[in-house]
Amino acid sequence: MILGSINPAVLMAALMVAATPILLAAIGELVVEKAGVLNLGVEGMMIMGACLGFIVAVNTGSPVLGFVGAACAGMALSLLFALLTQALMTNQVASGLALTLFGLGLTALLGQRYVGITPPRTPKLDLGPLSEIPFLGRALFSHDIVVYLTIALVAAVWWFLNYSRAGMILRAVGENHDAAHALGYHVRRVRVFAIMFGGACAGLGGAYLSLIRVPQWTEGMTVGAGWIALALVVFASWRPWRALAGAYLFGGVVVLQLNLQAAGVKIPVEYLSMSPYLITIFVLVLISSGKARGSLNAPGSLNRPFHASD
Amino acid sequence: MIRLEKRKEPSTFWRIANPFLAVALTMVAGGIMFAALGKDPIAAIRLIFFDPIFSAQFGSYSRPQLLIKSAPLILIAIGLAIGFKANIWNIGAEGQYIIGALFGAGVALAFFPAPGWYIFPLMVLAGAFGGFLWAMIPAILKTRFNTNEILVSLLLVYVAERILAAMALGLMRNPDVAGFPGSRDLRRYEAAHNAELIAGTGIHWGVVAALVAVIFAYAMMTRHMLGYHIKLAGQAPRAARFAGVSPARLVVVCLGISGALAGLAGMFEVSGPGGQVRIEFASGYGFTAIIVAFLGRLNPLGIVLAGLLLGLTYIGGELAQMMLQLPGASIQVFQGMLLFFLLALDFQTNYRLRLTKGARI
Repeated sequence: MILGSINPAVLMAALMVAATPILLAAIGELVVEKAGVLNLGVEGMMIMGACLGFIVAVNTGSPVLGFVGAACAGMALSLLFALLTQALMTNQVASGLALTLFGLGLTALLGQRYVGITPPRTPKLDLGPLSEIPFLGRALFSHDIVVYLTIALVAAVWWFLNYSRAGMILRAVGENHDAAHALGYHVRRVRVFAIMFGGACAGLGGAYLSLIRVPQWTEGMTVGAGWIALALVVFASWRPWRALAGAYLFGGVVVLQLNLQAAGVKIPVEYLSMSPYLITIFVLVLISSGKARGSLNAPGSLNRPFHASD
Repeated sequence: MIRLEKRKEPSTFWRIANPFLAVALTMVAGGIMFAALGKDPIAAIRLIFFDPIFSAQFGSYSRPQLLIKSAPLILIAIGLAIGFKANIWNIGAEGQYIIGALFGAGVALAFFPAPGWYIFPLMVLAGAFGGFLWAMIPAILKTRFNTNEILVSLLLVYVAERILAAMALGLMRNPDVAGFPGSRDLRRYEAAHNAELIAGTGIHWGVVAALVAVIFAYAMMTRHMLGYHIKLAGQAPRAARFAGVSPARLVVVCLGISGALAGLAGMFEVSGPGGQVRIEFASGYGFTAIIVAFLGRLNPLGIVLAGLLLGLTYIGGELAQMMLQLPGASIQVFQGMLLFFLLALDFQTNYRLRLTKGARI
């Protein structure tokens, strides 16, 4: 009787929206990790995007400019990470953590006066007759443009990594930076670009949360979405389409959980809202344990510092 | 052109000088930030770093606070540093801190209102055990299934926060006060109260535990085989394996120690300064302790100094919030900047700047 009250078309529509922010962040991080860099600052870059995107959108009245601002904010923070890890050769794990701690603090400061404001609305994309189709129209063709652009981005990243020359260089840098360096590729330059791309994507993911999904600004509003995105990259075994599948699976869990809350199931809200994190851990365990061996697909130079004179 | 040249040996001078330099740079950058917020930078820095200790006006209140805030930071950071040395990244100390507090408070609330000298020691054991258990989840998943301990320990923080909320609203709620979330006040329950040991100093059992942990960690890292194995595994994992060091055992030991210490910190907090299980109980000590561990160079004595400094920023931040209406979050920014500067400066420890003529080859 509880599940009966949930409309599958609405559920499908909601899960696409729930999946989009983490998918954006994950696809960016996937490229970063493919280049051999582990940026644990996704959460920090996401919250920067959420906050700055919100501020820009509110002040200009344009959600589009908000997203642009968010991408720039995420990228700016990622450049700091690039400076630390690529120029100053710092530990990537520690630098990523620093990025997250700093981002959470800075946004709490910057966003203070924006709590409780409603951002300008992002219109749904008008797909004409497509959205009139029964079931599918409601489920698939009644979203804002970012949902579709994100899917397009996944496709673009997939094409880039597998079929473009630049993508192959990026993968070479990530698999074996010494060999790539010996072949004359600019390891550091490639990595800095990858890190910037990851930052922009994380920023966009954050803005999607604050401008469309929630839509509001609250301190620390990403509540672990960046970490879930990091887990998603592992789950996807560094493959773009699997990241999409994983994000939608995850979105489904989140939405189902929210629906169960709304339907007034006898389980306390606190326990239900744990489920996204628990399921992420469970999936991580599945993918990294014996049979699946997904983790064997990890880029060879991931999280290894590169210095040309070593 | 400027280029980096790798040093043959890491520079000891810079290893020790960098934390001080990082603090100085953070003060400068923080001053700029405060000026941008329209506050007097000098006054703000003074209020955060000097007034809590030296001011006649606030000193009597804030001096004892220094130990109260620093003890949990030091206790947690000591455990984290042991793991970081072995390249085992427990970044979910905040979650272990919460679960330790819940276990400790759970014991107290189960005995309430019975008197008994044995209740507090039982709570201490329960707190350490709770943190240990919570840290064993990433440890066992890492050793059995090779799951990344960074992600699991961090994700468990969010789970622990939900459990805390559920406890404050449900099982552990004070049955005598209707309508309010939160447990009984443990400070009003004699047998469970982690009281001040010497009046006016802020010294409670958590401070004593932090001191013991520092000495214990120092002895272990410098005198005991385990400490040697930990360092070996961090610096030369292959050599460590040949020497017969079991990576799985190290993961369990390092996560176990840091989890137990974080759990202890949570238990001492909930039974003393915190007072009760509340939804807002967690205050980010588990994350700040990561900064403390790095700033203290993963060295027990360094961690004491770093813990005192960051404890100071907590109190100074509160003062600045009160006196200058500075936003509370600016202290978080401060702490983040500190870690950035430290990491950035550390390139000098391992590399040397060289000026070269002409283009880089």
